[in-house]
Amino acid sequence: MRKQFSKTIENLMEKDNEIVVLLGDIGIFNFKNCFQNYPERTYNIGILEQSMIGLASGMSLSGLNPIIHTIAPFLTERVYEQLKLNFGYQNTGGNFISVGGSYDYAGLGCTHQCPADIQILKMIENFNIIVPGNPKEFDTLFNEIYNNNKPNYFRLSEYSNKNNINVKFGKASIIKKGHYATVIAIGNMLDLVVEACKDLDVTILYYTTIKPFDYETLDQNLHNGKILLCEPYYNGASTYDITKNLFPQRLLIDYIGIEHKFLNKYGKKDEHDESLGITIKNIREKVLRLIDA
Amino acid sequence: MSKIGELKKKILQVCYKAQEGHIASSFSILNILYILYNNILNINKNNLKDNNRDIFILSKGHASIGLSVILRDKGFIEESDLDSYCEYDSILGGHLDKNKVNGVEASTGSLGHGLPIAVGYAMSKKIQNNSGKVYVLIGDGELNEGSNWESIILAKQHKLDNLVLIIDYNKSNEKSINLGNIEQKMLAFGWDVESITGHNHFDIYNALKQNNKKDKPYCIVAHTIKGYGSKTIENNLPEYHHKIINSEELLNKLISEIEEHENQFIYNDFVKVGVDNEKTVQ
Repeated sequence: MRKQFSKTIENLMEKDNEIVVLLGDIGIFNFKNCFQNYPERTYNIGILEQSMIGLASGMSLSGLNPIIHTIAPFLTERVYEQLKLNFGYQNTGGNFISVGGSYDYAGLGCTHQCPADIQILKMIENFNIIVPGNPKEFDTLFNEIYNNNKPNYFRLSEYSNKNNINVKFGKASIIKKGHYATVIAIGNMLDLVVEACKDLDVTILYYTTIKPFDYETLDQNLHNGKILLCEPYYNGASTYDITKNLFPQRLLIDYIGIEHKFLNKYGKKDEHDESLGITIKNIREKVLRLIDA
Repeated sequence: MSKIGELKKKILQVCYKAQEGHIASSFSILNILYILYNNILNINKNNLKDNNRDIFILSKGHASIGLSVILRDKGFIEESDLDSYCEYDSILGGHLDKNKVNGVEASTGSLGHGLPIAVGYAMSKKIQNNSGKVYVLIGDGELNEGSNWESIILAKQHKLDNLVLIIDYNKSNEKSINLGNIEQKMLAFGWDVESITGHNHFDIYNALKQNNKKDKPYCIVAHTIKGYGSKTIENNLPEYHHKIINSEELLNKLISEIEEHENQFIYNDFVKVGVDNEKTVQ
């Protein structure tokens, strides 16, 4: 997905001279063509994220479209107030592209993990939040909204779904229709969910836009209020959108995702997935239990 | 009374009515704002969409009433806006919101945000080949914020000779941290530096009128007195940092101090260069 990211930006920079790329000393090699071809609009700002967000805001307020990139915790938690005030409260646009997801760099430990990014960014009124599951989907979604003059957060991961889905900003995709429960797969959870449910009579909805949340599609594809919400970050991020918008229907919601704890083990991503129950087996068991409930 | 005296009196009256406002912080920067808006900035209510206009950001946003009376004086806002200061539906509050107030380029309040945003504006002017300079005013207390020092490094790195940083050195910081010689620090960071008396219009004008040296951001360290013009405020800090004027008696006392203080000076009703007979502030 990272390679697609730089390719997408490179293509856009050719025709859009308002784009400015700001890197937090990350991804420099991937952007070598941009540095070469658009040196006045491509910057390795350095390891000073607070000021990187602040200056991006100043650029945005004066008519440029900043694209800001670093690892997830340093693009969100480290600079939360800058995002809140310099983009949210000022009400100005920019594109924030993180890498690393929740624990793509598991071996680096807690400091480089970011399972909380979606939950905290959801609290900033005008942010859009996008979690593509595949490089092509990133390209589609980015091209669709990058110049909408809103702050857009794209959460990229080193791990992608095998197939590209025909996605649209703000809309869920119906992967399959069934009768006994609705399974929501977000971003790169889709492959696991499809495999876990391949012979089960359930609906699968695929979300790449987390905010704004497409509750209409969920409302139209609900079965007895039974929902399994599969999120590749701290679980429950979309619960409020679901319960608020589907009221007064009775809902029964279970979760696949990450418990709200520090993941203070190292190892590989797969080991964390296994430990957290982000597995085909566990998803299947939860769906079956939900159907029986 | 001088124009500055009238503006200070208005600040006191508005803050008394609102039972809100940072009077002392506003008094320390009022002379600087006055010169900026009357003699330096090429901004007015009709050119706010012009990409070549100057940009001014008040990073120490709590001095909002100081900026508000200047914006009123220059016709950006109405008298009724001032009179509704901090009311529920007012466009003016304890920190100004750029989406409500004409002429405010960035919403500030939390400290340490104005300079990074100003660096972005200045870089943007260079990228887009727009003229005009970017001026940002921060407090010495605010200078503790790490985001400022990050941006001080960035401004030098990106050769922002269209950026002017004004530090309101009103010694707020001394109750927590002694920053030492700010001028020397800024010089060490590669900036061009001027040190002035922040209440002397002639000094302020001359410092602001200077061109940046090629490739260098420019810092004006303005030595000021917090609460300047009211002995009661000056001598009772930090109590008066955010003190509410709680009686008409106190309001009248502060106004009479301002009148007495300002009557010492002869200000031209500012055309090009102000005349200020004030003794140098130590």
